Amino acid sequence: MGEVTGGGLHRRAAVARLLEGRDDLLVVTGLGSPTYDVFAAGDHPGNFYLWGAMGGAAMMGLGLAKARPERPVVVVTGDGEQLMGLGGLATISLQAPANLSIVVLDNGHFGETGGQMSHAGAGVDLAQVARACGIAEVTTVTDMDGVEGARGAIGTVGAGPRFIVLRIVNEETSRALPSRDGVWLKARMRTHLGLSPN
Amino acid sequence: MASAHKIDREEDAGSPWAPIIFDALADAGVAQVSYVPDAGHSRLIRLCHDAQGMDAIVLTTEEEGIAIAAGAWLGGARSALLMQSSGVGNCINMFSLLASGRFPFLTIVTMRGEFHEFNPWQVPMGRATPQALAIMGVIVLRVERLEDLAAIMSSATTMAFESDQAIAVLLSQSLLGAKKWVK
Repeated sequence: MGEVTGGGLHRRAAVARLLEGRDDLLVVTGLGSPTYDVFAAGDHPGNFYLWGAMGGAAMMGLGLAKARPERPVVVVTGDGEQLMGLGGLATISLQAPANLSIVVLDNGHFGETGGQMSHAGAGVDLAQVARACGIAEVTTVTDMDGVEGARGAIGTVGAGPRFIVLRIVNEETSRALPSRDGVWLKARMRTHLGLSPN
Repeated sequence: MASAHKIDREEDAGSPWAPIIFDALADAGVAQVSYVPDAGHSRLIRLCHDAQGMDAIVLTTEEEGIAIAAGAWLGGARSALLMQSSGVGNCINMFSLLASGRFPFLTIVTMRGEFHEFNPWQVPMGRATPQALAIMGVIVLRVERLEDLAAIMSSATTMAFESDQAIAVLLSQSLLGAKKWVK
């Protein structure tokens, strides 16, 4: 397998478009740049930002999606984070939550740790992995028209689970750091959902 | 070849701990039960699959169940994880999610590597299991006798879901009976 050149999407613009006009969407972010990208698009009580627990973002989305089947849930994570939890795609496939979307921002690199090439960058196609696991709807997006289509899809609850790969440029972005207080973030989302804080 | 052996556990026919644990989970309103299979959990897993209002979620690796439990709690649902002691080792870093978010957590762990263990490969992780849980901030409740189980399960669900604690209930190998291989 040879190196895969990234798509032309810029991550901040793509994530901002993806979440534009969000209504009742709940968002879980994978550690690293996806956490910063989602925060930069606009903080929201329906966001839970992971700063650790690598490999766990999609599974956290699964637990949340099963708990709130009436709400669309999207996990925004990176190729490196998803690679640590590939087995979780098989778990999601069997549960088949219709309201869950996994969006992978794929720049083919481990951006937080020195920019080493990831398996995705070296040719492992995460979309094909998701298809092989039996995820209902799998798409690879390379332009802003595709992002617009994904924006519409993730806001609905009927046709999931979805797995969407956004091919993004491997680039540095400005810092945009949300709260690292997990207890507070938890209480904020639960309050947003009409639950007791803890 | 594995197919030449029938894996059995002499207590499997009864597994009297299974309905006690199931009742405690149901009474606590646990809606999502994730698991990596173990012979000692097989009857409980069947009960969870068959239960109304309870989803049984088969995992590829145990740490998935920790993130599922945290996500479930975010959305207002209660979740528990069933695993074998070997799986505790797979969970170590993911336990940090529970501490960082002070998420409730309940796992029921069937022990290997202790009483009457015949497989040396089970011993290192089995021996390390209580300490591995403890150093990551999980409270360990150990069950040696069947007559103690209901009270310990009741305590575990209360401490997890009312006091926001991470709780592991260890079912000792002396309770479960040693694993037996039948040719």
